[in-house]
Amino acid sequence: MRVMAIVKASKDSEAGVMPSEELLTEMGKFNEEMVKAGVMLAGEGLHPSSKGARVSFGGEGDRTVVDGPFAETKELIAGYWLMQVRSFDEAVEWIKRCPNPSDEEGEIEIRQVFETEDFGEEMTPELREQEERLRAQTEQNQ
Amino acid sequence: MDGEDARRAIDVVWRIESARLIAGLARMTGDVGIAEDLAQDALVVALEQWPQGGAPDNPGAWLMTTAKNRAIDRLRRGEMAARREEELGREVELRARLGEVDLAAAADDEIEDDLLSLIFTACHPVLATEARVALTLRLVGSLTTAEIARAFLAKESTVAQRIVRAKRTLAEARVPIEVPGAAEREERLASVLEVIYAIFNEGYAASAGEDWIRVDLCEEAMRLGRILVGLAPREPEALGLVALMELQAARFPARTGPGGEAIPLLEQDRSRWDFVLIGRGLKALEQAEALGRPLGPYALQAAISACHARARAPEQTDWERIAALYDGLAAIVGSPVVRLNRAVAMGMAFGPAAGLELLDGLAAEGDLDGYHLLPAARGELLERLGRAEEASAEFAQAAALSGNARERELLQARATGPR
Repeated sequence: MRVMAIVKASKDSEAGVMPSEELLTEMGKFNEEMVKAGVMLAGEGLHPSSKGARVSFGGEGDRTVVDGPFAETKELIAGYWLMQVRSFDEAVEWIKRCPNPSDEEGEIEIRQVFETEDFGEEMTPELREQEERLRAQTEQNQ
Repeated sequence: MDGEDARRAIDVVWRIESARLIAGLARMTGDVGIAEDLAQDALVVALEQWPQGGAPDNPGAWLMTTAKNRAIDRLRRGEMAARREEELGREVELRARLGEVDLAAAADDEIEDDLLSLIFTACHPVLATEARVALTLRLVGSLTTAEIARAFLAKESTVAQRIVRAKRTLAEARVPIEVPGAAEREERLASVLEVIYAIFNEGYAASAGEDWIRVDLCEEAMRLGRILVGLAPREPEALGLVALMELQAARFPARTGPGGEAIPLLEQDRSRWDFVLIGRGLKALEQAEALGRPLGPYALQAAISACHARARAPEQTDWERIAALYDGLAAIVGSPVVRLNRAVAMGMAFGPAAGLELLDGLAAEGDLDGYHLLPAARGELLERLGRAEEASAEFAQAAALSGNARERELLQARATGPR
């Protein structure tokens, strides 16, 4: 299964302060371990939200663009890993071994990624076919 | 920590640590069977102790220390194979003197060397392929015997026996647990790659079905391949195999239709391809090519797969390059199936007549008699040449030869229907 580990932002990450050399080394080592275990598929860090934007969707289909920065630091995302693991617990165990990504209290959230088979019963052959037809129609209309 | 939590914690630690644990113990004892027993012993101790005291901070080092203590116990009780006793005694004594500091500080490259040795040993050519597959999944992939049995649709007792026999064969043949020297490295590596690709193909063959447990085998194979590349980063064929697996797995979401039928490559909805895996596959292939040595069969197949992966639409496919790559592959492998694919690629690159000429040559040799894809390919090319009646006859023959009901239907439809 695929799991995404989401690193939450900190004051430093939001201020654009680069991690210490020590943390970078530790993080590099952790990354390398995950790569060598064949677990890490991808991973990247994000610029602070001051360089970001949000598109808000209103009820009637109106769109509003709000530029960053955004206030609620602990809810923001500073980076992620995409992992391939055999169980969710395995992903949790890996992330427990991750160095603290900031000097403060912080959080890494771990979420399972949807894959085709997860639709299971919900996605019966008939439903899939319906989706295919819809897709074909949409393509024709374009 | 209650019993259930402890069991789960131990499961994941085992999954992450066991290969390195067994690898280290195998180097010390010189026997993968004994190493696995010791590792299992340590696991049992963990199951007893962790529920009370909680998981240790460094579970890997804890398991290693525990396993070594068990080794000393067993040694005292004279349970070890005699020929290994002296060797093991020396090692354990030495390690015990150095104490735990040594364990925690065991150099990373030493552990990596152990792990690579274990992989080479589990995939030793003295073992039959299916024995190598089972042993590798068990020792390196840390799958249970039950999981291996389920994945290969075999009885658990059969797999268990296969693993026991494999370990015995290795011990009897006195296979040294080491990374092979330059002289036999290529052959031994080929044996490892064959095992990994066999695991992948077992899953690949099942991926059109509903049994996702078997599809997990593809993920296991990819994981083993990535581990191997991490340990031996300068082997173009290891990188080539990883690239090939990533690129093929990238097409999984698109390769079956709503009714579970196989969708041919050129008809797949490419927006459903997995672009994370494509990116990884292309990168691994680049690394293989960057080593500047001639590409082997896996890297060449990956390069062919990459031509498809790079094409956003079927008509953007670089068929000339694919044909050239098949030339290279046919020169190394020369199997009739490779030559069939080469002919198809030539037909796409240089027109149906060129492909047909090659296919006629292949058909005359007779190696592919009874293989449905030969008449299917001929039908395709004849149709493009406007020779409808001959094409129809070829499709009918292909339908008659196909072993797959759904495919037979499709071929039959092409034999009869106007298009």
